[in-house]
Amino acid sequence: MSTVAPNPRVRLPQRPGEPANLVIRGARILDPAAGIDRVGDLVVRDGLIGGDPEDLEVIDGTGLTVMPGIVDVHVHLRTPGKEHAEDIATGTASAAAGGVVAVLAMPNTQPPTDNPSILGSLLERASREAVVPTGFIPAITVGQQGESLTEHGDLAEAGAAALSDDGVPVGSALVMRRALQYQRATGLLFTLHEEDMSLSGTGVMHEGTVSARIGLAGIPGVSEAVQVARDCALAGYEDGRIHICHVSARETVDEIRRAKERGVQVTAEVTPHHLLLTEDAVGDDPDPARFKMNPPLRSEDDRQALIEALVDGTLDCIATDHAPHPGDEKENPFAEAPFGVIGLETAFAACHTELVLTGRLGLEDLIMRMSTTPAQVFGLPAPTLADGATASLAVVDLAATDRVGERPYASKSSNAAFEGMDLTGRIVMTLAGGQDVYRRDA
Amino acid sequence: MSTRSSLVRMADLTAGDVGRILDTADRFASVMDRDIKKVPTLRGRTVVNLFLEPSTRTSTSFELAAKRLSADVVSIKGQGTSMDKGETLKDTILTLEAYEPDVFVIRHPQVGACAMAGRYTDAAVVNAGDGTGEHPTQALLDVFTVQQEVGSLDGMHVAIVGDVLHSRVGIQAFRMMGARVTVVAPPTLVPRHLAEALGVEVSADIRDIADADIVYVLRMQVERMGAGGFVPSLEEYARMYQVNHARLGPGQRVMHAGPVNRGVEISGEVVDDPGSLIEAQAANGLVVRMAVLYDVLTEAAGEPGEDEGGVLLEAA
Repeated sequence: MSTVAPNPRVRLPQRPGEPANLVIRGARILDPAAGIDRVGDLVVRDGLIGGDPEDLEVIDGTGLTVMPGIVDVHVHLRTPGKEHAEDIATGTASAAAGGVVAVLAMPNTQPPTDNPSILGSLLERASREAVVPTGFIPAITVGQQGESLTEHGDLAEAGAAALSDDGVPVGSALVMRRALQYQRATGLLFTLHEEDMSLSGTGVMHEGTVSARIGLAGIPGVSEAVQVARDCALAGYEDGRIHICHVSARETVDEIRRAKERGVQVTAEVTPHHLLLTEDAVGDDPDPARFKMNPPLRSEDDRQALIEALVDGTLDCIATDHAPHPGDEKENPFAEAPFGVIGLETAFAACHTELVLTGRLGLEDLIMRMSTTPAQVFGLPAPTLADGATASLAVVDLAATDRVGERPYASKSSNAAFEGMDLTGRIVMTLAGGQDVYRRDA
Repeated sequence: MSTRSSLVRMADLTAGDVGRILDTADRFASVMDRDIKKVPTLRGRTVVNLFLEPSTRTSTSFELAAKRLSADVVSIKGQGTSMDKGETLKDTILTLEAYEPDVFVIRHPQVGACAMAGRYTDAAVVNAGDGTGEHPTQALLDVFTVQQEVGSLDGMHVAIVGDVLHSRVGIQAFRMMGARVTVVAPPTLVPRHLAEALGVEVSADIRDIADADIVYVLRMQVERMGAGGFVPSLEEYARMYQVNHARLGPGQRVMHAGPVNRGVEISGEVVDDPGSLIEAQAANGLVVRMAVLYDVLTEAAGEPGEDEGGVLLEAA
């Protein structure tokens, strides 16, 4: 896997808060990256793991599991410009409710986050409002127009976590090549939304049997795969590093696997919704717009390919692509409804239910794919339960089941594809950046 | 949520439902021979025709169908709304709900719009065409026309020629009634996975219409066929796929939902051939839509069967 040492220039601000002081008694303490798996107490004193349990608040951890918190490298906080859908405070509260201890926000805001000034103001706002440490991924090209590069050097200096034109691809191969050449000067990872727009055309769902039956225009899996093939070729040629966003198609998995085999520095993420749902949801539901996202939910064959690729490591990590939209924008005919679903609060339970409880992936592996690995890929500090580390952890009841949507969402939006599903693996408590940021009410 | 029996998708109907609706259409057809072509069947009912996309023949036949049944009719025409242009479809439906309509007849450019509208009204919803999605009354009148003019579709071979990418009208209905369906079209105009999705055979060779009982010609949407389009030119399309007398054998019956592009997907001689079913399709649209309006307003309310010489055909 292509990872880097933590990048000291990346800024992950969080609002000020009291450091947590508590002891979790009698829980399973599980941190596969640190080789920790024991039943006992975990002390958090002054926001750090370990120390003297004396006089601390006691949390009964019987039957609970403490694990490194989730790192979500792909979220949309809709700030600036679309704060009616989400803002930094609500988006990061949603993260905390999902056991997520750090998020990276994408630049397709209004205006796009494409210069050091906007980045600086977002970092400043995050330092006042963000419930969990929050980093930002500015645009690769000015206005996400795919034509000229943003100031990658200045953005790196200002604390950018990576660069992306997420929402749209970098259409021009030449611009992508220039960006990869310039990467040697800045070191910033490119996290790429991959799609050949000429192939996607007017498509709004997966091109497959359901689109053929109901008549919606399709987005073929190869639209993603051909762009990934292009960028893997360019990254190999320029010896650059790329990360592929939200992989959805079997053809794309094949391209990434082949690129990794020949030594290309490419990593990739997959979303919980692509791991759990298929095109059938669109065909069968009376309210299908809640299953509309880009890339679209694909076939069962694609879904199985994604799970296999996550298990064998071709896909390195899980990220939500948390994409809030207000309900009244989704209450439109499918083609007119916006792309995107929320996912921060359900990501762990969804993956635990679909992958761990079915025996496809070990719990330890799931923790790696949701916490340690994404942090390593993006050069962020990886959450750990080792003594002396800043407490960034989730306390989970692996046996508890919740029906999605029965409790209000912490997100400002409720466009959840998993709404109504029973998912097992409840986040009980979250500590992020040493602060006590979430406790579930009884 | 609509509490009436709506007609949004062909898949919502069983073959038995189709038979019942077309039997009703057959009985309405006898009314059309009378001097006074009006029955009091839906007196006091309100039908709202909401046409958010240009349509002449469908909107006209729905309006006349409702009037022949003595319903009160309101017809609203406009462009399909979108979020950018003002009122959403949801708000349009909620506004018109104030008139307490019994039926919404909806034409909309977007797939799924009628199903969505049904979530916001107690009235029955009849889909009068939702973009590249469904057009169930067209499918029903096609089935009706074949049954009236040719015979049972069970075991019949129907060739559908042309742009199935933008119009899949009729395929599901013909399959439901037991026909074998072969789609003949340029591969660029056939949705991937169509064969498995709808249980049809797919061919790129016009000669494969040879043993079809019915040759159903689809309109080429010429505005979609420009540069970078689906076929190199309309002229080449006509040379390779036009349904004309040279490609038809004796006894093969031709259908087209209109409006036709003479000389493109179909030759003028075939349109004008007295053996073609095109005129019958246009004529049958009225009685089939009368039957659909009658059906959605009586089936769910549990009032079927009272028509044997009774209310259904009583003179107004």
